[in-house]
Amino acid sequence: MTAPVLQVKDLKTQFFTDDGVVQAVDGVSFDLYPGETLGIVGESGCGKSVTALSILRLIQRPGRIVAGQILFKGSDIVTLSEEEVREIRGKDIAMIFQDPLSSLNPVLKVGFQIEEAMQAHEKVSGKSALSRTIELLKQVRIPAAESRVNDYPFQFSGGMRQRAMIAMGLANTPSILIADEPTTALDVTVQAQILELLRDLNHDLNTSIMMITHNMGVVAGLCTRVLVMYAGRIVEQGPVEQIFKNPQHPYTWSLLRSIPRLDSDRHDRLLSIDGLPPDLIKPPAGCRFNPRCQFKIDRCRHDDPPLMDMGADQEAACWVTMRRALSHNGDQRA
Amino acid sequence: MATLLPAVDYAGGTLAGEQVSLWRDGVRRLRRNKLALAAAIYLMVLALVCVVSLFWTPYKPNLVGTCPTYDLPSGAHPLGCDDLGRDSLSRLMVGSQVSLAVGLATAFIVLVIGVALGLVAGYFRGAVDALISLATNIFYGVPPLLVAVALYVLLGPSLINIIIAISATGWMDMARLARGQALSIREREFIEAARSGGARAGKIVFGHIMPNALGPIIVQATFVIPAAILTAAFLTFLGFGVPPPTADWGGMASEGLPSLQGGFDPYILLWPAVALSVTLLAFNFFGDGLRDAFDPRQKR
Repeated sequence: MTAPVLQVKDLKTQFFTDDGVVQAVDGVSFDLYPGETLGIVGESGCGKSVTALSILRLIQRPGRIVAGQILFKGSDIVTLSEEEVREIRGKDIAMIFQDPLSSLNPVLKVGFQIEEAMQAHEKVSGKSALSRTIELLKQVRIPAAESRVNDYPFQFSGGMRQRAMIAMGLANTPSILIADEPTTALDVTVQAQILELLRDLNHDLNTSIMMITHNMGVVAGLCTRVLVMYAGRIVEQGPVEQIFKNPQHPYTWSLLRSIPRLDSDRHDRLLSIDGLPPDLIKPPAGCRFNPRCQFKIDRCRHDDPPLMDMGADQEAACWVTMRRALSHNGDQRA
Repeated sequence: MATLLPAVDYAGGTLAGEQVSLWRDGVRRLRRNKLALAAAIYLMVLALVCVVSLFWTPYKPNLVGTCPTYDLPSGAHPLGCDDLGRDSLSRLMVGSQVSLAVGLATAFIVLVIGVALGLVAGYFRGAVDALISLATNIFYGVPPLLVAVALYVLLGPSLINIIIAISATGWMDMARLARGQALSIREREFIEAARSGGARAGKIVFGHIMPNALGPIIVQATFVIPAAILTAAFLTFLGFGVPPPTADWGGMASEGLPSLQGGFDPYILLWPAVALSVTLLAFNFFGDGLRDAFDPRQKR
């Protein structure tokens, strides 16, 4: 396999609040490969967005990256100067956000904002910036792009705004596009269009996409590999088919069971995961999922499981399934 | 922040209301405010008078003995003459130059200093904010009169001194307003989006936050102008401002005081006082109208 374009190693991001230190991201490691679509899934507050913001060093006080490395193009983003990180933002790694209306400046024209994204990184003359902007808007399939560049965000529909955001993200043809729940604020038909657009762009431009979502359907439709996060940690990772067919972590399994299915019996109750995500100021001892886990054994209460190889490119952090996996393989180490 | 105009009925059905921008919407509501409209018209006339007076006045404003001293209003001198026999109308016209110059120059300086400091403090927070807020609070304790007197002693009387004195003691409200705006706007998602796109801090502060804070800032600026005109007139009245014989409303009022006290010619004091009052009132009405027109919570 080719070398990863981005490597995150043991990333720890914490927020120093009055109530204590929130361990929002606690030792996350993963690689992102060129042209890959990586999904990061998990409940609200599990550290997905903080991981994404950490990669661009956009964490603001009281938050701070306290440990770990983010290796990109041979340098560690964590230790770069502010100006060096600014050069990476938008040019090499671009980000699109959940709500396209609030992530566009309401008082500036859409085209102007896209031109600005270009001009943050290179000197472009007004005329060529305009023609490139129109080209980008066409690329994200905005009709009548020539006249739409002069519109304000409120004149765009929700889906068009997200397209415009994507166009802005692509303005400097980045090697990585981080999409933080880009479809959550859109209605279902528009969601599908945006996902299709992202898939095509990934295919045509070979841009790696990091898709942050809590929607398993989005993951299934777009991603090739999935990270499942829980309470600031990665609890499972693997190829998308493996994760869906053969989840190895009870949390992943519960997540998958809580998706409504078209082919299920209407009288079946939709399953939810009991309890709430843990307090990240004082996370539970042992496995962080153990208070909500139906399969827990004694060991889970005090011993924190690391990510372990489950075969088929899959890794999970669970004592219970590890034992099962090992016994299946006839391994005697357990 | 657009509003729908009432839907229009026509033969083929109903046309959806036209979407209008915040600015057009505001202008429309400003036009419906009669008081603000009258104020705006007055201010336009004043500006016209000011420009005309640069090139033409009925008599030479500083020429002593144009008419008999203390001449009451008459056909040849509609506003009468002052204690040195100068035409009061001509002087009143020329006096508008000082008032408008002080008002606009001060508003401009206050706008530049106050907005820049306020936005920077609000965006960067932390030590920068602490420092700027400290400066703001210190300057709140400095009376304009003190600065004006100090500059008068150091540099002698001039219009520039007055503008400096009023700006130096008047930028803090603007800075506080801009800081508050920046503190709230910086938390909005498009700022994070701009940062994630690699925008520089200066671009974010002046390219993204400032345009969103412009409404309240402009309204505040319209209140700076009358305050500056009043303070300038007050300082000139006390003798720290524009040196005679330059005509200025504050100075003219000061010159008219003895004749009022003497009881023989109240007009010398009356005209500049009325001009000053009406102008202040007009700026305040216009400012109020602007604030109401651009306050999204007051949609009608």
